[in-house]
Amino acid sequence: MLVIELWRGSVLARHKFGLAFFTTSVWDPNGDQFGAWPFIYGTLVTSVVSLVIAVPLGIGAAIFLAELAPQKISDSLQFFIDLLAAVPSVIYGLLGVFIIVPLMRQYIEPALKGTLGFTPLFTGPPFGIGFLTAGIVLAIMVIPYIISVSREVLLSVPRDQREAALALGSTRWESTWKVVVPFARTGIMGSIFLALARALGETMAVTMVIGNTPTVSASLLSPGYSIAAVIANEFSEATGELYVQALVELGLVLFILTFILNGLARLLIVVTTQRGSGTASA
Amino acid sequence: MSGRLRWRKFVSHFMLTMTGLCAFVAVSVLFFILGYLVFHGGTSVSWNFFTKLPTPVGEAGGGMANAIVGSAKLLLLASLFGVPLGFFGGIYLAEFSGSTTAFVVRYAADLLNGVPSIVIGIFAYALVVLPFKHYSTLAGAFALGLMMIPITLRSTEEFLHSVPRALREGAMALGASKWKTIASVVVPAAYRGIVTAILLALARVAGETAPLLFTAFGNRFWSPGWEQPTASLPVMIYTYAISPYEDWHRQAWAAGLVLLGLILVVNIVARGILARGVAVPRS
Repeated sequence: MLVIELWRGSVLARHKFGLAFFTTSVWDPNGDQFGAWPFIYGTLVTSVVSLVIAVPLGIGAAIFLAELAPQKISDSLQFFIDLLAAVPSVIYGLLGVFIIVPLMRQYIEPALKGTLGFTPLFTGPPFGIGFLTAGIVLAIMVIPYIISVSREVLLSVPRDQREAALALGSTRWESTWKVVVPFARTGIMGSIFLALARALGETMAVTMVIGNTPTVSASLLSPGYSIAAVIANEFSEATGELYVQALVELGLVLFILTFILNGLARLLIVVTTQRGSGTASA
Repeated sequence: MSGRLRWRKFVSHFMLTMTGLCAFVAVSVLFFILGYLVFHGGTSVSWNFFTKLPTPVGEAGGGMANAIVGSAKLLLLASLFGVPLGFFGGIYLAEFSGSTTAFVVRYAADLLNGVPSIVIGIFAYALVVLPFKHYSTLAGAFALGLMMIPITLRSTEEFLHSVPRALREGAMALGASKWKTIASVVVPAAYRGIVTAILLALARVAGETAPLLFTAFGNRFWSPGWEQPTASLPVMIYTYAISPYEDWHRQAWAAGLVLLGLILVVNIVARGILARGVAVPRS
């Protein structure tokens, strides 16, 4: 039903622009020109940045919780992480606007420019808002998801696997990294896809810190735009049928993307946990 | 050899410490958020905040009473719509359906759960706002209710599954019909779990902003009835935070504190209920 509605709602825009909708980058509501590339680009870049930060941190924390920490500490930390996952996105946005943005503008972005300014990634004036900031806020938001799911998957790895590795004389880390983690690999991949789907569809926090200018720029410091943000900002004041329809089509794109990612993620998680418990009972 | 062993041990200790650090960083974010909200919002939360309407820029005082009431109305309506659907869907899944249907419905619910909230907003806009020709509490509640369905459905199903077979068979053996068994034996046994799930679903949608932007829209005044645009806490936070006014920022912090406080309390209470007795007593 959702799909049909979105599909119908974007008929006009799809017919008018066809595939060019995705590749052109002019977004001019007055001239009835709509190209979605800057938004798609912004969404992809922020999501990738957030994953680069969140994946190592999240998996590291999950390993700690699943392998090292005693049951009690692990459970209580998990409790806090569940609470963290319950914090609404607008609150993350609030903190992003008032804390992370000034911090980025004054300290982190100038420092990055100073040390890595020779690469195209870190050029342009440090506004504080932009791809990098949005990515960081997103990372903070998706870490709890990665931790919860990965921890569960790691815990479902049968005990004998660990013990066998330790018995062969490997250190604690080697048994974790070379035996347990590969065993749970598909499930961890699933948690990453899940996080990616969340990051792609996240609206409020990104809208508040990304800068809201439809530009395509290699620099992570420049302000940008994302699909969800443009819908949030412009939908209620969109005039003209084509304008609304272009936005609905963006919604459709977003929906399909997250749909595929989520489907994939669920399958991966189901496959791993079943394999784990299957071996354990055998 | 011993040099290599020492290296391996060093790597082991080092990496394990790093993972501990990761966990520490991840958890400390929560306290950081709480601390900052209390620090910035604590001073702005006052009696006025809960009882007064928003004032124009520059005028001191004023609160978000309309947003609080608006949020409450939205949630009430959303649960009226989302909870029964999710609940009965869950019962159907757990008790009646064959395994193929169950799998498809479950998968669909998971996917619906993963749909970005802004897309849900567009959907509600097309379905409710367009026919009515204006933004309304109703439309906002529809969007939120839609988001509650998959959460309630999945957890109802899960908790019903955890009710032991023996209870069901006992009821059946006493001559109860299938429906009677479910209504008076199975559901009461899973009661705590289901309540928890509903509370968690409420807490989740209470903080949703994106679907409300173009369904409930926002309102600076009281919103009478159900067919007017209404204010809500998350949308208020959003508009206030991106505004350029200093005292609006303070209000946004205060609203953030209230909202987060509510959500965390509900979460903790819900988990507490669950921890005190999962589903069924053993005896």
